[in-house]
Amino acid sequence: MNNKKNKVTVGKRVKEFIAKSLMWISMAIVFVLVVSVLWTIFSKGIKAMSWDMVSKLPGGGFYIGKEGGFLNAIVGSLMIVGASTLLGLLVSVPVVFFLNVYLTKGSRLAYVARLAFDVLFGVPSIVYGAFGFTVMIWFGLRTSLLGGIIVITLLIIPIFIRTMDEASRNFPTGILDACLSLGATRWETLKVVVRQIAPGIATATLLSVGRAIGDAASVMFTAGYTDSIPTSLSQPAATLPLAVFFQLSSPIPEVVDRAYAAALVLTAIVLLLSIAGRFITAQFSRNKVS
Amino acid sequence: MNVRILKDRTAKGLMLTMTVVAILMVVAIAIGLYLKSRPVLESQSLSSLLFGSQWKPLKGQFGFLPFLMGTVWVTLLAIAFALPISLLTAIFITEYARPMVKRFVFPVLDILAALPSVIYGVWGILVVVPWISKHVAPHFVDFSTGYTVLAAGIVLGIMVLPLLVSLFIEVFSSVPAELREASLSLGATQWQTALRVVVRRSLSGILASSVLAVSRAMGETIAVLMVCGCVVGMPHGLLDACYPIPALIANNYGEMLSIPLYESALMFAALILFVVVLIFNLLSRIVLYRIEKQNE
Repeated sequence: MNNKKNKVTVGKRVKEFIAKSLMWISMAIVFVLVVSVLWTIFSKGIKAMSWDMVSKLPGGGFYIGKEGGFLNAIVGSLMIVGASTLLGLLVSVPVVFFLNVYLTKGSRLAYVARLAFDVLFGVPSIVYGAFGFTVMIWFGLRTSLLGGIIVITLLIIPIFIRTMDEASRNFPTGILDACLSLGATRWETLKVVVRQIAPGIATATLLSVGRAIGDAASVMFTAGYTDSIPTSLSQPAATLPLAVFFQLSSPIPEVVDRAYAAALVLTAIVLLLSIAGRFITAQFSRNKVS
Repeated sequence: MNVRILKDRTAKGLMLTMTVVAILMVVAIAIGLYLKSRPVLESQSLSSLLFGSQWKPLKGQFGFLPFLMGTVWVTLLAIAFALPISLLTAIFITEYARPMVKRFVFPVLDILAALPSVIYGVWGILVVVPWISKHVAPHFVDFSTGYTVLAAGIVLGIMVLPLLVSLFIEVFSSVPAELREASLSLGATQWQTALRVVVRRSLSGILASSVLAVSRAMGETIAVLMVCGCVVGMPHGLLDACYPIPALIANNYGEMLSIPLYESALMFAALILFVVVLIFNLLSRIVLYRIEKQNE
């Protein structure tokens, strides 16, 4: 009797041990992958990195390995991302406010809206690119800075809305009730609500910027590529991910090296954004009432 | 007083319009892509488009089967690769890990999720492709460049890992703590509890999350394009090159305006992608919402 009982516990323990080791192994795999990706990009990129790369435009013969850098791509990316982040905020803050303050919890419209934004969040960026392209042709636009901005805005609005909505989900209704009972209209509670979900807005912005700057498939159709910095909205604009992508397919080693350097710059930007996001969430959620 | 109420009403009206317009984006995308793909739909039957394997744009023959199969192969491989790792990681994080461990794991997952597609592509070309062509392929075939279904599947699998882990963590956290406590107090080990209580109760959530990850993987473009080989033809094994739909669209956008019907065919490809992703997303999100509601 006693013996049998022991056997069962031993079996249990062995299983527990195997399960635990498997879990540690999968965690290790995740860590190794992250380190491998970062190390590969870093070690390859740092060799080709120089001040010229990030401060000069492509010179004549850049694509056969001569002078120049990819400042055009850096500036192009920043222009597109900056403009579309602003536009995205302008659209999504009101929508999130509407969903959370004007609509009640069980509202049908709120449910449909959240579902729609989740679906839009899942739509591949290449589809946004293709759709944006058809819209541009509709309006007679060519590949341009404006086209890139429009498509990236469409791409990040769902991210903005879903992330901010998530942040305002824990918004204490007590505060809202207090505002309303003091005679404020729903619109006037905006000040209070925005202050409460400010860290959420900040995180959402960083997340969207990160996604926007790294997306290649959608700007490929719409923003095009160019060696100069665009001076108007109707000119094409280069972007960092495309700088990596195009230069990598070159048969000339120097050009491929530059792709690695561009990849390093892109990775560094994205990592900074990710770290800043974590920091903000940790720092500001302390002051939140909830 | 009146001004304030007027302001409130105007704001409400404006925001309602914005919300509805944003929702209508889904419809707008569908209609836009459909209108663009109508010429090719009129020139060929739907079944010959979807199940034909002749891809000759110059002759006006567009059979999408090789590309569809490419997408299916790559996506399934990615999920097969990512599912066990992300399940185990999520179980570890929710059931076993101390807060200390979480503090390390979450930033790592954040980084994994934040890295752009093109970076994974570079990594795939530098690490995965040579590994396959030097160490894996020689055991099975005479020669392989390494640009294969396998390479695309591995790269894609890593890209959906963070999404899967975070979805699983959410699903597992919604299992009530009392159930775990009841199981543990009856003498079950932690693993037994994790498997027979937490995972069993979360089955629908796990399924929904996986479907969501499938739809994400299906649309991934640049990374896959860089490592898949891009050879038009039906893939027959893991070491064949393939040509998934997003790669097809991205690779041919330059020349699509010069060949009649080509643009329309590529827009049809985007439409297929959109419809499949839409259906998958709708189904899985509705299931996940239900789980969330139970939790509240």
